[in-house]
Amino acid sequence: MDKILEEMLLKVADLHGIPEGAYNIRANGELAGRSTTANIDIVTRKDKSGIDVYIKPGTKKESVHIPVIMSKSGLTELVCNDFYIGDDSDVTIVAGCGIHNSGSMESRHDGLHRFFVGKNAKLTYIEKHYGDGDGTGGRVMNPKTEITIEEGGSMEMETVQIKGIDSTKRETVAHLKENAKLIVQERLMTHGKQSAESRFDVSMDGENASANIISRSVARDSSHQIFFSNLQGNSPCAGHTECDAIIMDDAKISSLPEITANHPDAALIHEAAIGKIAGEQIIKLMTLGLTEEEAETQIVNGFLK
Amino acid sequence: MLELKGITFGVAESRGKKEILKDINLTVGENQFVVITGPNGGGKSTLAKVIMGIEKPDGGKILFDGEDITEKNITERANMGISFALQQPVRFKGVQVLDLIRLAAKKQLSAADACQYLSEVGLCAKDYINREVNASLSGGELKRIEIATVLARGTRLSVFDEPEAGIDLWSFQNLIQVFENMREKTNGSIVIISHQERILEIADEIVVISDGAVIKQGSREEILPEILGTASAPGGCQFYRRNA
Repeated sequence: MDKILEEMLLKVADLHGIPEGAYNIRANGELAGRSTTANIDIVTRKDKSGIDVYIKPGTKKESVHIPVIMSKSGLTELVCNDFYIGDDSDVTIVAGCGIHNSGSMESRHDGLHRFFVGKNAKLTYIEKHYGDGDGTGGRVMNPKTEITIEEGGSMEMETVQIKGIDSTKRETVAHLKENAKLIVQERLMTHGKQSAESRFDVSMDGENASANIISRSVARDSSHQIFFSNLQGNSPCAGHTECDAIIMDDAKISSLPEITANHPDAALIHEAAIGKIAGEQIIKLMTLGLTEEEAETQIVNGFLK
Repeated sequence: MLELKGITFGVAESRGKKEILKDINLTVGENQFVVITGPNGGGKSTLAKVIMGIEKPDGGKILFDGEDITEKNITERANMGISFALQQPVRFKGVQVLDLIRLAAKKQLSAADACQYLSEVGLCAKDYINREVNASLSGGELKRIEIATVLARGTRLSVFDEPEAGIDLWSFQNLIQVFENMREKTNGSIVIISHQERILEIADEIVVISDGAVIKQGSREEILPEILGTASAPGGCQFYRRNA
C-alpha cells in the first residue's frame, strides 16, 4: 500500500496500519487485506462485487473494520456488502471510504450496505467519508444503507462526511420490529460547489420501536444540501427527527422532515432549523480573546463534533 | 487603569437620533470594585458594551492603562486584559462547558481545574463539565457558566453586566460570595452593573447612571444612603430582603 492509500486509511478509519480483529481492506477496487476471527467471518460475494460479514450470535466487544480507499482517477465501482449481526451480540463496525483523485476523470464509489441486526443484538456502526487530491476529476460517493432490526435489537449509526466529496447522495432505509431501536447521528460539511443529498426512511413496525435521527450540517461557499427524513409510525412507537444546519456564504440548504402516524399511539416529533452563526456567539468568543475567524471555526467544529 | 472620557453613543431612530450615552466621564482605579447602577434604560449595559468594544462610541476616548483603546476591537481588548460577562449568555450547540472554560483560560485545563471555576459559581461541577452549552441549560445555569468563564480568564479588568439577572434568590447568596471572594483576592479591577443592594454594599465606588449621564459618583459610604429606596435601587432589594 502506498503513502496516499495509507493516509486515506487514517482519515476514514483512524487506522495507523493493519487493525486488530476482523477487517477487510479494499483498495482501488481490489482486496488489499482481510482477517477473520473465531466469531466473525468475511466472505467475498460471488454474485456481485462486495463482501458478506457474518457475526456469530453472542459475540461481544469485537469490531470489524471495512475501509474502502481509492486513488486511481476514473475508477467507478459499485460495492454491495451484507452484514449479519447474530442474536445477542454486541459489536462495532467501522466502515469508511476515502477517495484521492489527482486526475481529471470522475472517481466514484457507490455502496449498498445491508444490515440484518438480530434479536437483542447491539450494533454500533461508524461510517466516515473523505476525499482529497488536487485533480479536476469529481469525487462522488453514493452510499445506500438498508437496515432491518429484529425484536429488541438496537443500532447506533454515526456517519461523518466533512470534506472533499463533490457529490453525494445518501439513502438510508430502516425497518424496526418490536422494541427495536435506531439512533442515527449524521454530520455533514460541504464547501466549494459540492452538493449533498441525504434521505432517511424509517418504518417503526413493531410495538415500542424507537428511532432518533439527528443530522447536523454546515454548508459553506456555494455548496448545496438537501435533507429528507420520513419517519413512519406503524405501531405504538416513538420517533424523533432533527435537522439542524448552519448556512454560510452563498450556500443553499433545504430540509424536508416528514412524519407519518399510522397508529394512534405513535408519538412522532420532527424539528428542523437552518440559520447562520449567531452574531452573539462570535462576540462571546471574541471576548475570550479569539479572532472572528477563530470564533467561527470553533463554533463550526463544536457543532459538528 | 480604565478611563472613559466624554463618551457619547446614539442610535438612529425614525425621528432622528436617540442619545443613549451623553458625555460619560468615568475612571476605574487599580483593583477597584465599582458598581454601576441606575434605572433600566439609562444606558448602563450600553456603557459596558462600549468598554468591551462590542459597541463603538460616536465620540470620546477610552484609555486602558493609559493606552487609547477606542479603535481596538473586541479581541484586541480581550487580549489586553479586559473580560466581559454578558447579561444574556449565549448558547452553543455541541460546545461543552469544559471547552468554553478551556477557551477562556487559554490553556488545556484538566477537568478538575475547570471544575474549580464551576464550583466557585455554585454549580456542582461534575454534573456540568461535560454538558453542552445548549438549550438544555436553564438561564440561571448559563449565567453562572458565563461568570465562570470570566473567572477562568483572570484578567486585570472584569466587567459584569447584571450578573444577578436570571439567578434565583436562593442561589443569589452564593453569587454574592463569588464577588466578595473576587474582591478579597483583589486580582484586578471589577466593574459590575447591578441593582442589588448586596452588591452595592461591597463596592468601593458607586456610579449612578440615568438617562445616559452619570448623575452620582462617589464612595459607597457617600452614595449608598442617598440611593437606597429610590428609583436607582428598585424593588428587587426589598423583595430580596423579605425573602432572605
